[in-house]
Amino acid sequence: MMDSTQILKEAFEKQDVANGNLAAFQQENWKAFSGLGLPAIKHEEWKYTGIRNVFSDRLVINNEMNISPDLLKTLLIAGTEEANRIVFVNGRFQQSLSITTDHANDLCIKSLEAAAGDEDAPFVEVNLGHSQRYHRDGINALNAAFANGGVYIRINKGVTLKNPIVIYHIADSTLGKRCSHPRILVNMKEAAQAELVETFHNHGGGETLTNEVVEICAEKDAVLHYVKMQNEGEKTNHTGTTHIRQTGKCLTHAVTITLSGALVRNNLNMVMEAEHGECHMYGLYLLNGNTLADNHTIVDNAMPHCFSNELYKGIMDDASTGVFNGKIFVRKDAQKTNAYQSNKNILIGENAAANTKPQLEILADDVKCSHGCTIGKLDEDALFYLRARGISMENARAMLLHAFAKDVLEQINNGAIRKYAEQLVSDRLSSSI
Amino acid sequence: MLKINHLQARIEEKEILKGINLDIKPGEIHAIMGPNGSGKSTLASVLAGRSDYEVTGGSVEFMGKDLLELSPEDRAKEGLFLAFQYPVEIPGVSTTNFIKSAVNEKRKYLGQEPLDAAQFLRTMKEKMKLVEIDQSLLSRSLNEGFSGGEKKRNEIFQMAMLEPKLAILDETDSGLDIDALRIVANGVNQLRNKDNAFLVVTHYQRLLDYIVPDFVHVLYKGRIVRSGTKELAKELEEKGYDFIKAEVDQELA
Ligand SMILES: Nc1ncnc2c1ncn2[C@@H]1O[C@H](COP(=O)(O)OP(=O)(O)OP(=O)(O)O)[C@@H](O)[C@H]1O
Ligand SMILES: [Mg+2]
Repeated sequence: MMDSTQILKEAFEKQDVANGNLAAFQQENWKAFSGLGLPAIKHEEWKYTGIRNVFSDRLVINNEMNISPDLLKTLLIAGTEEANRIVFVNGRFQQSLSITTDHANDLCIKSLEAAAGDEDAPFVEVNLGHSQRYHRDGINALNAAFANGGVYIRINKGVTLKNPIVIYHIADSTLGKRCSHPRILVNMKEAAQAELVETFHNHGGGETLTNEVVEICAEKDAVLHYVKMQNEGEKTNHTGTTHIRQTGKCLTHAVTITLSGALVRNNLNMVMEAEHGECHMYGLYLLNGNTLADNHTIVDNAMPHCFSNELYKGIMDDASTGVFNGKIFVRKDAQKTNAYQSNKNILIGENAAANTKPQLEILADDVKCSHGCTIGKLDEDALFYLRARGISMENARAMLLHAFAKDVLEQINNGAIRKYAEQLVSDRLSSSI
Repeated sequence: MLKINHLQARIEEKEILKGINLDIKPGEIHAIMGPNGSGKSTLASVLAGRSDYEVTGGSVEFMGKDLLELSPEDRAKEGLFLAFQYPVEIPGVSTTNFIKSAVNEKRKYLGQEPLDAAQFLRTMKEKMKLVEIDQSLLSRSLNEGFSGGEKKRNEIFQMAMLEPKLAILDETDSGLDIDALRIVANGVNQLRNKDNAFLVVTHYQRLLDYIVPDFVHVLYKGRIVRSGTKELAKELEEKGYDFIKAEVDQELA
C-alpha cells in the first residue's frame, strides 16, 4: 500500500488542480480519500471483493499514451460507424479522438473541466459527486480526485438522438499496471432520449486497474438505454459506479455485461426521485478462470408509484465467482412502489461459486416487492433431451447456456451493440464453457 | 437390428430391469405393454443412454455395435430415436434451430454435407405436412408451454426429421385426442419401411389398431413375461393385467 499511495499522491499533485474549475471538488475528495483509505474486506459492502490487494502493486498512472487512429479503428464496434464516439485513454477524455455525429444543437460533448466553468456549471455543481450519497468510500473519492480528466455530456430538451453514444475506454498496460480514473457526467434534459454504451479495452493485455464513476441525471420524460460491456481479459481489474438519478417521471434502462476480468466490481444505482418513474436493470456475468465479478445494485424509491424490474444472470465456470447484492429501498412516502428483483446463477466449474444477497428495506406499507434467487447446475433433463437427439454434450451445454443468457442479451436496445454482445457470448460459449 | 440380452439395470439402489431379452429385426414393429411402474420407460431410457440408470448386467447390440458403450448423442446419430413419455420444456432454445442442429450433427457424423437453409426448410415443410404440425409451434421455444398433445406431435415431427433406424415411442399415444392419435399413427406408418423398426410402448390397444404390431410383449416387474401377436393386446384389453400378474407372481413365488 505504501508504494501505491505514494504513486497516487504524486499523480494527484502533478495535475496542478488548483488552477482548474474543479479544484475544490478534487481537493476535497483527495482529502477524503486520504482519510478513508481503500475499503477493507471487513467493510460489509466489500466483503467478497478484496480491493486493497488490487492497489498494492506498483501502479502506472497518468502517463499519456498516443493511440493511433488505426488502433482505435480496430476497436470500433461494427455497425456503429455513425455513432457519437467518446474516447478515454488511461482514464482521460480525448477530445481529438472523439466525434459528435448528432447535431450540435442536440448533443453537447465536452470536457468536464470546461463544463464546470461555463453555462453548465450549475448542473455540474449539483450533480457531480451525487453518487457519494450512496458510496461514501475511498474508491469513489479517489476517482473524484482525478475528475478533471472526465467528460460532460448534455442531451438537449426534447431531443431523440439519431445515433448512440459509444464510449471506448482504452487502458495502456504496456508500461505496467495501468491505473485509470474515468469520470462521466450526463445531463439528460426533459424528454431527451439516448442510448449510451460503454466498452473497455486493455491495450497490451497486461494488468490494469480502472476505477470509474458515471453520474447521470435524467429529467421528466427522458428515456435512457445504458449498456456497459466488460470483456478486457483476465488481467483487468475494474471498480465502477453508474449512478442514475430520475428527477422527473422517466424511463431508465441499464444492461451490464461482464465477460472477463480479474476482479470486477460494478455498482449500479437507480435513484427514483419522482412519482411514476420506471427503471430496468439487467445483468449478465459469464465468467471463467479465477474471475470475480461483483454486482451491487441499488434502487432507491423516494416517491410513490415507481416501478423497477431487475434481472441478473450468472454463469460461472472454472474457479470463478459471481457476487450479486441487490438493494431495494422503499422510503416512507414511496407508497405503491412496484419492485421486482431476480438473480439466477448456473455453476459449471467444480470450483465455481455464487453469492447472492437481496436486501430489501421497506418503510412504506402499501408496496409490491418481490425477489428471488437461484444457484444451480445445468438442467440434466434438458441436457439429456438434447443429447438424445444427437446433439453433442458440448453443443447441448452451449445451447442451454445461450438460452439462459438470452433474456439479458435481448434487452440491449441498440441492434449493433446487441449483435456485438451476442457474438462475444456465443464465441465464449462455443469455446471454453 | 437390436438385440437385448438379459439386460439388468437399477436406479439408485433399486433394481428395475431384471433381465430383459428382446430381438428386433428391420421392418418389424414391436409393442410393449405392462402395468404402471413395471419398467417400460426405464428400458427406453437405458436404451437411449440416460446416465441416471446403472446397467448392472446383460448386453445390447444395435446395428452390430455395443450400444451401451455409446454416448447418448452417438446412439442418436447411429439411428436410435426415443420419443419421450414426458418431453422436456426448454425455454430459450428455438425448436427450429434445435432440430436443425440435430439433423446436421447427425449428417456430419454420417459423413454427409450439412443441409443448407433452403434444403432444411424444404425438408421441414414436407415433414410438417406429414405430422400435420403447425409452423407457429416450431417457431416457439422447444416444448415451452406446448399442450400435452402438441409435445407428442413435436416428438413425432422430430422423428420424421431424423429418420431413425429404430424409433422407441414411449406412450406417445397418451393424452392424444382421436384425431392426433390418427395423425401420429399415420406418421409412423408412412415412415415405416423394410429397413427401420419401431418399439411402441403403450397402455392402449386402441393405438395398435392404427399401428399394427408384429409382436406384443408384456413387461412386468422388470421382465418380459409374455410375448405374442396383436391378439395378446386384445386379450389384455379384455381381461386386464390381473390374470398375467397372478400367473407370474405364482411362478416367481
Ligand atoms: N429416480 C428413481 N428413484 C427410484 N425409483 C425410480 C426412479 N425412477 C423410476 N423409479 C421406479 O422405477 C420403476 C419403473 O418406472 P418406469 O418409469 O420405468 O415405469 P413404466 O413402466 O414406464 O410406468 P408407466 O406406465 O407409469 O409409465 C417405478 O417403480 C418407479 O417408481
Ligand atoms: Mg413410463
